[in-house]
Amino acid sequence: MDPTSLILARIQFAANISFHILFPTITIALGWMLLFFRLRFRATRDSKWEEAYYFWTKIFALTFALGVVSGITMSFQFGTNWPGFMEKVGNIAGPLLGYEVLTAFFLEATFLGVMLFGRGRVSERMHLIATFLVAFGTTMSAFWILSLNSWMHTPVGYEIINGRFHATDWWAIVFNPSFPYRFTHMLLASGLTMCFMVAGVSAWQILKKVDSAATHAAFKSAIVAAAVLIPVQIFMGDLHGLNTLKHQPAKVAAMEGLWETEKGAPLVLFGIPDPVTRSNLYAIEIPKLASLILTHDPNGELKGLNDFEGKHPPVGPVFWSFRVMVGTGMLMLAASWLTVALLRKRTPATLPKPLLWGLSLMVFSGWVATLAGWYVTEIGRQPYIVYGVITVAETAAKHAPAMIGLTLSVYLALYAGLLIAYILVVKRLAEKATRGEALSLPTSFNRAQPSA
Amino acid sequence: METLATVLPLVFMAVMGLAMLAYVVLDGYDLGVGMLLPRAANDAEKDLMVSSIGPFWDANETWLVLGVGILLVAFPFAHGLILTSLYLPVFVMLVGLTLRGVAFDFRGKAGDHRKAFWNAMFTAGSFIASAAQGWMLGSYITSFRSDWWTYAFNLLIAMAVPATYVVLGAGWLIMKAEGDLQVRALRWARQAVIPFAIGIAAISIATPLISETIFNKWFRLPDFFALLPIPLMTVAAVAALWHVSGRKQIVDAGYGWIVFVATLVILLLATLGLAFSIYPYIVIDRLNVWEAASATESLVIILIGTLFTLPAIIGYTIFVYRIFWGKARVLSYGA
Ligand code: HDD
Ligand code: HEM
Ligand code: HEM
Repeated sequence: MDPTSLILARIQFAANISFHILFPTITIALGWMLLFFRLRFRATRDSKWEEAYYFWTKIFALTFALGVVSGITMSFQFGTNWPGFMEKVGNIAGPLLGYEVLTAFFLEATFLGVMLFGRGRVSERMHLIATFLVAFGTTMSAFWILSLNSWMHTPVGYEIINGRFHATDWWAIVFNPSFPYRFTHMLLASGLTMCFMVAGVSAWQILKKVDSAATHAAFKSAIVAAAVLIPVQIFMGDLHGLNTLKHQPAKVAAMEGLWETEKGAPLVLFGIPDPVTRSNLYAIEIPKLASLILTHDPNGELKGLNDFEGKHPPVGPVFWSFRVMVGTGMLMLAASWLTVALLRKRTPATLPKPLLWGLSLMVFSGWVATLAGWYVTEIGRQPYIVYGVITVAETAAKHAPAMIGLTLSVYLALYAGLLIAYILVVKRLAEKATRGEALSLPTSFNRAQPSA
Repeated sequence: METLATVLPLVFMAVMGLAMLAYVVLDGYDLGVGMLLPRAANDAEKDLMVSSIGPFWDANETWLVLGVGILLVAFPFAHGLILTSLYLPVFVMLVGLTLRGVAFDFRGKAGDHRKAFWNAMFTAGSFIASAAQGWMLGSYITSFRSDWWTYAFNLLIAMAVPATYVVLGAGWLIMKAEGDLQVRALRWARQAVIPFAIGIAAISIATPLISETIFNKWFRLPDFFALLPIPLMTVAAVAALWHVSGRKQIVDAGYGWIVFVATLVILLLATLGLAFSIYPYIVIDRLNVWEAASATESLVIILIGTLFTLPAIIGYTIFVYRIFWGKARVLSYGA
């Protein structure tokens, strides 16, 4: 295996999946938020909910389209980049991916049409059901794909016969040890990403004075939801970390920047992990805190990287990504709680300008935290593709570096263009949405009339 | 277990064939509409053309995911071999599908001054994806050989598949449009029939020449006579297509759907023929379905899921087509 090919194939896979995840993270949770807007409208008949629904449906449709096209790319990537993966673990990965297509993709893709364009053609109830099915479908996608991903981190329920994996216990495979943590943490991440996007766009609309009652309703719903979700996320993150410590101690050592096995290990707030001297430069540490967090005992023992020499992931990227994720989480906590506290005395439109600016800047903070979190997870499992059993290098396709380099550069250019277009269009839609004018909102629903 | 091990790979081969056929027909018509977009008379007509596929394209594309999904799930060995051999055309197709899929949303949302750009991306993406699929079909049939003859053949198929999709797209528009657009769609259908027919003929001639096994299968007596209905019915369907697409009065009389259905029949027959040629291989003369298959216990797990979900998928797909039945209207997220 040509090492250049391998590194390029890895960068390509990472680039494609990083691009893909940006959009599902939004749609998974936005689907439920849209359902919430619709239910509020049903309960109150206040047109601001209808307007909020209408505006966010447009963004949902756009985001969904990007999620779908990048997802199609993903489904070919296993074959084009890691053919050895399916040859070895196809018996296990295959059914999980198969169920994702059968129970999730068709559901969401089919009912999306009804959800987006079915108003006036189906009853209000049918339309609500379609909205629910889309939200449910996106969540099911996350369920299956995270089950597979978690299994690759904590493989159980299999036996190896002639170098191929065979399933022995499907229940254990689907609900493998890290799955509950990863699935919950991911869904919460999705909720937070969506909330900060909704809040950020709404804050921008307030600043640009194109806000309406709908903007305020969306803003409040999002920021209150964020304020509720973020502490849960931090708590879940801690549990996730404990789970990782149990199954992948080398990854945790890299996250913490811990080189020597220690009792009462300090928490490294800052430092530059240096792989040559195998120590942290300029470290700022809080004594015993890492042991306290991870073992719930200030003098608990934590394994250091030196115990895994030659078999641990690159330390820098994992260490830094982890700090970016946690830092963003703390920022989210501060921003959402401050806003909710202020909202007790003020309306969204009278919030202090700097806070609205801050929230606008945080519009994509969920993306930053999510990507950082995934980098911790995925880089932290190197060099394995199935943890402890198969390495990435064993499964890679033997393409010439030039060919992978060529396709990689086209993908990167395409993604950069699409990302810019996406952000500009979201901005444009946000600034265009003026006080319900020209919205021609439906006041009632007709019965379905599939007329010939 | 023994019989399951024999039968299941065949069942999955059939399901995969079905998914691919569903993909070609369904995404075929919306890729076709994409390629026809620049020939619309004005902007309103373009909007209507796009609206006619709006609620469907995403679900249509999902059949491709199911097709590769089954390849990956049921035939992991073939999956690796085929997709690594097709690395570049797959990549080109993905770029095309990406451009097409996002252009669909951007064209309506990015503002009037950018609409023309996204319309162009929509058409370019549709063409790139279709042509890449043609090239892939060509190289698949020629067992991924790499010599100039094969490349010429692949190129021919790469042009024939877009033509096929144009016929489907035009057939779709004949059903979904009225007035001027419908008349024009009829003309577009007719223009694409010949390259489409050439493509079918080329594949039919090439497959037996590529492989002696396939040649012997088709031209052995008495099988030859048993198989004769396939080419004969194909020729009849092409003739019907040619006939109807030249006569507006048939469309006015309410039989415009024949264009689409005839194309569908041709594709169905072509798939049957191809399946017969290839059987029992999954990569011609190199890998048969049993060698490529997953473990039986994994196939059983998926079979159970497929038995429950596939009918449901077909059911709700029909339901959604019924909701949007009839002539297309310009779509909006409102009422
Ligand atoms: C909005 C996004 C977001 C936020 C605010 C956080 N995370 Fe996170 N984190 C993710 C989004 C995420 C993620 C992208 O969803 C990951 C990647 C894989 C996964 O399951 O979740 C993740 C992974 C991940 C892992 C790696 C687990 C592994 O694979 O071994 C740990 C230990 C934590 N998180 C812990 C935390 C802690 C202590 C947080 C406290 C602030 C935190 N996360 C906030
Ligand atoms: C849940 C589904 C996912 C699956 C099944 C999956 C699977 C894989 C596979 C097969 C690889 C290649 C082998 C390797 O390098 O370890 C990989 C690497 C990688 N993935 Fe994931 N992944 C998933 C989610 C994600 C997400 C959402 C992201 C990012 C946002 C991500 C980021 C990465 C990165 C950065 C690498 C490269 C690591 C490296 O080579 O150093 N993954 N993943
Ligand atoms: C290797 C990993 C992955 C593969 C092969 C993959 C494949 C796909 C495909 C093919 C689609 C389009 C489905 C359609 O036609 O509607 C899709 C969409 C989706 N994916 Fe992924 N995906 C991967 C990783 C992920 C991850 C990590 C998540 C989230 C946790 C995720 C969640 C979703 C969701 C929710 C959708 C539908 C919503 C949308 O498109 O915005 N996927 N994925």
